[in-house]
Amino acid sequence: MSTRFDRIVEDNAWCPGCGNFSILAHLKEALEEMGLDPLQCVVVSGIGQAAKTPQYMHVHMFNGLHGRALPVAQGIKVSNPSLTVIAEGGDGDMYGEGGNHFMSAIRRNADIINIVHNNMVYGLTKGQASPTSQRGFKTPVQTEGVHVEPFNPIATAISLDASLVIRTFSGNKEHCKEMLKIAIAHKGYVLIDIFQPCVTFNKINTFKWFKENVYVLPSEYNPEDKVKAFEKSLESHPFPIGVIYKSPQKGVLEDVLRDESQIGSKPLYLHEVDFHALSNEMNKYI
Amino acid sequence: MRDSVSVLIGGKAGQGIASIETLLTKGFKRAGFYTFSTKEFMSRVRGGSNTTLIRISKRPVNAPVYKADIFVPLDTNAFYHAQDRITKETFVIAKKGDFECDCTFYDHDLEGLAKSVGNPIVSNTIAAALIFGLLGCDVNVLREIVAQLYSNEMLEVNLKALEIGAKLGQENENCLYCIEPNLSAQQAKDFFLSGTEGIGFGAIAGGCNFISSYPMSPSTGVLTFLAKQSRNFGICVEQAEDEIAAFQMGLGVWYSGGRAITTTSGGGFALMGEGLSLSGITETPMVVYLAQRPSPATGLPTRTEQGDLELAIYSGHGEFPRIVLAPSDPKECFELVRKAFELADAYQVPVVLMSDQYLADSYFNVERFEIDPIAPVHHIVKTDADYKRYSINSEGISPRGIPGYGEALVLVDSDEHTEEGLITESMSVRNEQNTKRLQKRPLVAKVAILPDVEADGEIAVVGWGSTKYIIKEAVERIADKRLSTVHFSWVHPLCESQLAPLQKAKRLIVIENNATGQFAKLLRLHGITADDQILKSDGLSFFVDELSEKIALLLKEIR
Repeated sequence: MSTRFDRIVEDNAWCPGCGNFSILAHLKEALEEMGLDPLQCVVVSGIGQAAKTPQYMHVHMFNGLHGRALPVAQGIKVSNPSLTVIAEGGDGDMYGEGGNHFMSAIRRNADIINIVHNNMVYGLTKGQASPTSQRGFKTPVQTEGVHVEPFNPIATAISLDASLVIRTFSGNKEHCKEMLKIAIAHKGYVLIDIFQPCVTFNKINTFKWFKENVYVLPSEYNPEDKVKAFEKSLESHPFPIGVIYKSPQKGVLEDVLRDESQIGSKPLYLHEVDFHALSNEMNKYI
Repeated sequence: MRDSVSVLIGGKAGQGIASIETLLTKGFKRAGFYTFSTKEFMSRVRGGSNTTLIRISKRPVNAPVYKADIFVPLDTNAFYHAQDRITKETFVIAKKGDFECDCTFYDHDLEGLAKSVGNPIVSNTIAAALIFGLLGCDVNVLREIVAQLYSNEMLEVNLKALEIGAKLGQENENCLYCIEPNLSAQQAKDFFLSGTEGIGFGAIAGGCNFISSYPMSPSTGVLTFLAKQSRNFGICVEQAEDEIAAFQMGLGVWYSGGRAITTTSGGGFALMGEGLSLSGITETPMVVYLAQRPSPATGLPTRTEQGDLELAIYSGHGEFPRIVLAPSDPKECFELVRKAFELADAYQVPVVLMSDQYLADSYFNVERFEIDPIAPVHHIVKTDADYKRYSINSEGISPRGIPGYGEALVLVDSDEHTEEGLITESMSVRNEQNTKRLQKRPLVAKVAILPDVEADGEIAVVGWGSTKYIIKEAVERIADKRLSTVHFSWVHPLCESQLAPLQKAKRLIVIENNATGQFAKLLRLHGITADDQILKSDGLSFFVDELSEKIALLLKEIR
């Protein structure tokens, strides 16, 4: 399906068969089907193969530094709340280098969509362990196998009361696209952790492995029950996919800061200095 | 009658030194004097030994002296902490028997007297009124200020304390430190501002509408100042999880058209290095306020130093242009932070504004000025369909579009990128883009602020940043016609016209509040060698009396 979000790129840096291709396609289709305007969408990314996503789609792009997509994305959202802001990267980018920002972004609850391509390995640097690598996973660095427990982004996000927590799998097109649409439609911070295979550096967690190790949450599952959601987040082999947690409604960062500063909803580039008030204020300092 | 008097108050944190400072500076200012105050304090919330120095003069005075004319130690530790600052002429106001000194002793048990009116805390008000009397000033001025500062029971007890202090002051017949007011000063209604407040007001005038910072002394004052003013001037304020995020959020804001600042000290600025480099390659403007304190690492958290110049100039990986400014007083703080926003926006570079604990925490009498109500110029363009963020043109600056304004996409990339803003590994594109970015350095140098030059003596005394008025007064004291002063507030990049006064001088004395002479090293890179250096890095600022002795000593050698 062609979309207004397509960009013709001659030289794509991803390996043939990489899960990133499906995520890119699902995202573009989700944005198209929701009728969004490319001129109103910003994709912010860090470093890694997943972080190259905005290079390959027709949207505004801030392709910054490793692990730093989330603070940039929050700055953009506060500066101009009318933009749809997506922060996208891999498991190393978002959960490793950007771990502190991940935690803080959830707590701040800006209205941004945090897409994490989770392939349980470092691809760009050629196959070292990532925070989500499974225990025992052997790499050129972890020669005897990973000796720590994998980071659980879903449990972490729920414990921090993230506004919306989703997991999906790149290989399940319908599910992945539907989940992306739910994420984009939601007001508040969304974590959407997407399982995807790294065909070159992860020979354990393959397409087949993910397919066999996920199951779709049943329709009667209630994501608003926090304790149940937390239980679900601890399940593995198979891992549940779907909307795992939805917090009670709460204020978003950009609204809170704008209320506090009484700046209204206009983008910051339209802000004007009140020189009269400034003179009056300075007159108090005599 | 005296021209100038220095009053030193010492005591524990939480003992009310700040209240005396407020009372006396406001009081003397209203009574027709120029005042200046500065403080040194320990890194602790309660206790310790801290001092505040207040200078009172009939002429503008903008620098500290080491020796105290009047000293009020509010506890015994304060006396020993500051005893080097006492001379034979110093009036010391304290309870006799607590300590001894070769000084003029005023034996008053301030705390005991305060207890007698019902609250030991008001010993500071007694001290303030006593000092006011010792200088021959009318205590009615102070009474008005007390009435404005306090309410209810606290007002009552403070007024009682004031009467006690005033009476003690009047009883004194030694008019060694009586001082003559300057009526024009009384009428001028000058501002009384700290460096921190100068930065805060200047940021507002510069169109700042977003600040995210991680608190770190001595920069935090600007964060709290802007937070306090956020409602009045429409400033979004967010405390970041770390300095890395603080800087990155600011980049996000500038990318989408806002005007952000972040505030920090050396330790935090070290973490911002990668962000600075990102600002450089993406050509996203950014303003950083770097209030220095002694390092390495945590150093002396509440003290002062000019030790981060090289950090500011060289931090960040790779080669990219930036601007580093170092104001010398609250008015220049106001002007330069305003200019920092303008320069960052116009040239699409990071601008670092350097202050230090001394400047941030000192209060200056600032000649009243009108704020030029010129709205900040946003150097952004409304994009059309064929817009390219990194277009190569003859001006050397690619027009900056922002998302949501115009018909094109704005692509910004930390990788080397094409004119469109997409990743490239083409060597020729790399050369084109890199050359374009580096071209900004000569462009920026053209608008560099020239140093402030005073007098035309052939021995130039050179300084930068916060030391300006200390050097100036020290040189004035020496009154040697061979001396001139050259002071830099624009420290990077340096250009030929800025260096001309130094090339003309026969001999250069470079004065810096650091141990290795970082500015002198920078001058050497431009082919200018310091003949002499006076350096200080014990955590305190220079003092006029101390510095003039050091310069005088050097001059003897030169003779």
